[in-house]
Amino acid sequence: MTPLPGLLDTEAIRKDFPILDRTVHDGKKVVYLDNAATSQKPRQVLDALSAYYERHNANVHRGVHVLAEEATALYEGARDKVAAFVNAPSRDEVVFTKNASESLNLVANMLGFADEPYRVDRDTEIVITEMEHHSNIVPWQLLAQRTGAKLKWFGLTDDGRLDLSDLDEVITEKTKVVSFVLVSNILGTHNPVEAIVRRAQEVGALVVVDASQAAPHMPLDVQALQADFVAFTGHKMAGPTGIGVLWGRKGLLDDLPPFLGGGEMIETVSMHSSTYAPAPHKFEAGTPPIAQAVGLGAAVDYLSGIGMEQIEAHERAITEYALGRLQEVPDLRIIGPTSAEDRGAAISFTLGDIHPHDVGQVLDEQGIAVRVGHHCARPVCLRYGIPATTRASFYLYSTPGEVDALVDGLEYVRNFFG
Amino acid sequence: MKLDSMYQDVILDHYKHPHGRGLRAGDAEVHHVNPTCGDEITLRVKLDGRTIEDVSYEGQGCSISQASASVLNELLVGKELAEAQRIQEQFLELMQSRGRIEPDDAMEEVLEDAVAFAGVSKYPARVKCALLSWMAWKDATAQALKEAAA
Repeated sequence: MTPLPGLLDTEAIRKDFPILDRTVHDGKKVVYLDNAATSQKPRQVLDALSAYYERHNANVHRGVHVLAEEATALYEGARDKVAAFVNAPSRDEVVFTKNASESLNLVANMLGFADEPYRVDRDTEIVITEMEHHSNIVPWQLLAQRTGAKLKWFGLTDDGRLDLSDLDEVITEKTKVVSFVLVSNILGTHNPVEAIVRRAQEVGALVVVDASQAAPHMPLDVQALQADFVAFTGHKMAGPTGIGVLWGRKGLLDDLPPFLGGGEMIETVSMHSSTYAPAPHKFEAGTPPIAQAVGLGAAVDYLSGIGMEQIEAHERAITEYALGRLQEVPDLRIIGPTSAEDRGAAISFTLGDIHPHDVGQVLDEQGIAVRVGHHCARPVCLRYGIPATTRASFYLYSTPGEVDALVDGLEYVRNFFG
Repeated sequence: MKLDSMYQDVILDHYKHPHGRGLRAGDAEVHHVNPTCGDEITLRVKLDGRTIEDVSYEGQGCSISQASASVLNELLVGKELAEAQRIQEQFLELMQSRGRIEPDDAMEEVLEDAVAFAGVSKYPARVKCALLSWMAWKDATAQALKEAAA
């Protein structure tokens, strides 16, 4: 086979990921195609975590001793790295959370408790889309229920894209906030940001972008996006679990109220009232996930060292190859865009009448790890009239050989249940 | 091969040719879901005094959950309630055994085709699939009894 154009040197890259050498089920090398759920971690990140605990561990922002100063410098250094990674105009716009869900919940709660002009209440509307992950649905449902605001959404086209034909009716003068996913975790769709942002700005609504499936896979520039908030998580981008990011415009972070109260987020406290630290610390109550932030910083260094444009090109090549090969499998139906255009590296599909749970189980026995179920996006399954899907998702270390293993595995599944 | 211990022929047979599928008249109806994988079942129980006259069901899910509902129908319809509850408890114990229970003749006497699910108990992610219809049956039966007592 001629090598695909744009591929990274996966042989070298895979040496950085110790887990990819693991075998399962009596010596089968693991074929890890569940990257949209969480990515694997390179040695560089694992080393940063253990070095932090072995040499620098202390609480941040309070001690005067050497270790506390080192821990603080490492934690705040990670913020600098993340700010540069997403081209944030200021490091103070990067709030560390525990994951993307917390980031999105944080925005929803800021707006629920905010004063005018940001306040979401019974006379206002919230807009999301039908392809959101539950983490970008439920926080807004909660906000709508608690404030009386109306929740509206964009539907989907039959080929897995956002239906924006009613853009002007869905986003109106009443809309306070529009929150949508940049790249869908179940359909793989890469959504058109510009049209939505333009309409939102027209009516003065805030724009929140869930970039959980974008930040790991392509250059992310929060200034180019023109959004007001961008949420993503560390563990899908080669970092550890327990660390997420909310980027927000400085003016907004200054104006909006804190949500969680506690240590770290205050300026002065009396028994009657408190004043708050400036952003980002205003939104980081309590001891933060320090080691995890340091690990995320190492992940950002690692990804930047390879190059986000190179990673994007690699994944486009793998996705294109996988889409082609999967469509050779009889009875396989791709749920989502069937070409690599405006598309991420997560591919959902059904295989005849064989339930995805059974597909995943038989693939697992061959050492192939995929995700099955509704992928925390049940409304998408309802929209396409399917109970669940099987999802293969790729990353910078994925190879065409792994795509071939998946296709062979699916043939085996068909025979097994045939 | 390990896979065969889960996908026993008995299970695949029930999956491909389910017993008693479809909703019929009942004294109580429940709808249970497995939120991790989206398996769903709607199940009705019809009692005739202390005898189970019918268990009818409709749902979607993997081979394990569908076969399990079929086995349940075959095992429980026509049984006295006390006997059915004993079967349910023994099936639950088998499924929660993490593969540690090797069904013997006495167990096979009680569980019949349901002993084929012993292999499934080794897969924690799939135990809930096997139990979905049984938990729905337990719930529906409790509701039917409550209705009858009211």
